[in-house]
Amino acid sequence: MLGINKEIKQMENMSTESIETKKAEDQKIAAPKIEIEAENLNFFYGEKQALYSINLKVPEKSITAFIGPSGCGKSTFLRSINRMNDIIAGVRVEGKILLNNQNIYAPSIDVVDLRRRVGMVFQKSTPFPKSIFDNVAYGIKINRLSNSRKQLEQMVEQALKQAALWNEVKDRLNESALALSGGQQQRLCIARTLAVMPEVILMDEPCSALDPIATEKIEELVVELREKYTVIIVTHNMQQASRVSDYTAFFLLGQLIEFDETEKIFTYPKEKKTEDYITGRFG
Amino acid sequence: MRKLINKLIFTICSLSTALVLAVLALILIYILANGVLAINLDFFTKLPKPVGEDGGGMVNGIVGSAIMVGLAALVSIPISIGAAIYLAEFGKGYLAVIVRFLVDVLAGVPSIVIGIFVYTIVVLPMKRFSAIAGALSLAIIMIPTIVRATEEALRLVPQTLREAALALGAPYWRVVLEIVVVSANKAIVSGVLLSVARVTGETAPLLFTALGNRFLVTVLDRPMASLPVQIYSYAVSPYDDWHRQAWAATFALVMFILLINLVVRFFIRTKE
Repeated sequence: MLGINKEIKQMENMSTESIETKKAEDQKIAAPKIEIEAENLNFFYGEKQALYSINLKVPEKSITAFIGPSGCGKSTFLRSINRMNDIIAGVRVEGKILLNNQNIYAPSIDVVDLRRRVGMVFQKSTPFPKSIFDNVAYGIKINRLSNSRKQLEQMVEQALKQAALWNEVKDRLNESALALSGGQQQRLCIARTLAVMPEVILMDEPCSALDPIATEKIEELVVELREKYTVIIVTHNMQQASRVSDYTAFFLLGQLIEFDETEKIFTYPKEKKTEDYITGRFG
Repeated sequence: MRKLINKLIFTICSLSTALVLAVLALILIYILANGVLAINLDFFTKLPKPVGEDGGGMVNGIVGSAIMVGLAALVSIPISIGAAIYLAEFGKGYLAVIVRFLVDVLAGVPSIVIGIFVYTIVVLPMKRFSAIAGALSLAIIMIPTIVRATEEALRLVPQTLREAALALGAPYWRVVLEIVVVSANKAIVSGVLLSVARVTGETAPLLFTALGNRFLVTVLDRPMASLPVQIYSYAVSPYDDWHRQAWAATFALVMFILLINLVVRFFIRTKE
C-alpha cells in the first residue's frame, strides 16, 4: 500500500513538474497558479475508507475532469472540496485540501462562506420552488452581495447571460422555475451558482440527465467559464472529458492513478490502468 | 376453477366496497333529509330562544366554534410544525425515535381523556370553564395530526434540493425555513386544513372545558358555546323544535367538513 502511494506520488510530482517545465520553457507563460491542492487526503465513511492519500494540484482558471468507473471516489473527492460531505453523519477526513493556500478543513474556516466561494452544480437539476428571478437572486440575497434592487436585477441578468439562458427567459422572469425544460433548469442552476461570484465551480455529472442537444449547450457554456473560474467536472462520459477539459484526473478504487493534461492522458497515458480504462477494457 | 375463485374474490371485494359506500351514503342522506329542511337563515343569525319557545338559531355555537378552533390552530400550528421540522431535519438519534413514538401515542388518546386532562390543569385552577381551556384541548388534539403530516411532507423533499441551497452558501436554518418548508407548502397546508376539519366536530373535550353558553360571548375566560356541544344538548332534550335545530346544526357541520375536504383535494390537484 505504502509502496504504491509512493509511486503514485512520484508520478504525480513528475507530471506536474513536467507541465511546469514545459510552460517555463515556453518563456511566454509562467507556471500555472494552483487554485486547489489536496495533500494526503484520506476520507472515511465511518469505518470504510473511500479515498486513499490523494495528492492533487488543480491549476486556476482551467477545466479539470475527474474520470473513473462507478464507486471510484471521484464524487466523494469533489464533494470534499466544498465540504458538502460534512452533512453526512459519520464521515471523517484526514489530510488537507488547500484553496488558494488556505486549508479548508482548518477549524477556523467558515464553512458557509467556503460554500459560496466553491459553488456546486448537481447531476439532477434542482430549481427552488420560486420564480426564475428569485432562484438566481436567492444566493445573492443570502450572502448580502447586493445593495439595491437595481443592483440585484443587474446581477441576476448578468448571471443568466453568463449561463446562456437570458434570451430564453428574459420575458418571463416571474414565472415558476419548475416550468422550464431539463436543460434550461440545469442552466438555471449554473446561473444560480454564478450569481454568487464563486472562485471555483464544481460540477457533478451535470449532463447525465440531459438530452444531447442540451448537453452540447452546457458543454459550450462550461468551456466559456474557463476564462473566469476554476472548473472541476466529474463525468462518466470520457468523450465529454476529452472535449471539454484541459486537465484530467483518473481515479480508481479511491486512489488517484494519474493526473495530467487531457491531451496526454488520452493519447499517451503513463499508467496501464489509465490506458485500460480509456480504451474501455473495464469501467 | 381458477376463474371461479377469481370471480368469487372479486365479488366479495366489490360487495365490501358497496357496503362501505352504502353506510356513508345512508349517513349523508339521512343528515341531508333531516337537515336541509330545518336549516334557515335564522340558524345562522339568531341566538337560542328561552327554553320551551320555538325558533331561534345557533349563531353563538357557530361563532364559538370558530373562535375556539381558530385559537387552537394558532397555538398548535407553530408548535407542530416546529416539532415536525426537528424530527425531519435533525431527528436521527434516540430522542427523535422517542418523540415520534410519543406523538403517535398522543394521536391515539381518546379526546375525552384530553378534555379531562385540560379540565384538571386549566379549569380547576381557574375555577371556571372557559374558551381558553376549550381551545387548549382542541389544540392538543390537533398536534399529532399536523406533526405527522408535516414530517412526511418534509421527508419527501429531495436531499439534493437541500444540498443545492447549501452549495450557495446558505446557513442550514435558512435552507430549512426558506427552501425545504416552502417546498412542502402544499402538503403542510393540506395537513393543517384536514386537522381543522376534524377538530371542529370534537364534542367530548369541550364538555369538560368550555362547557357551553346560551349567549354569544367573545371573551376567552368564560364558558363558550360550540356547535357540536349544542347539537348534543339539543338532541337529548325533550323539545321537538330543538331536535329540528340539532339536525340543522348537524347538517351545517357536515357540510363544513365536506367543504374543507373538497378544498384540500382541489388544492392538491393544482400542485405542479
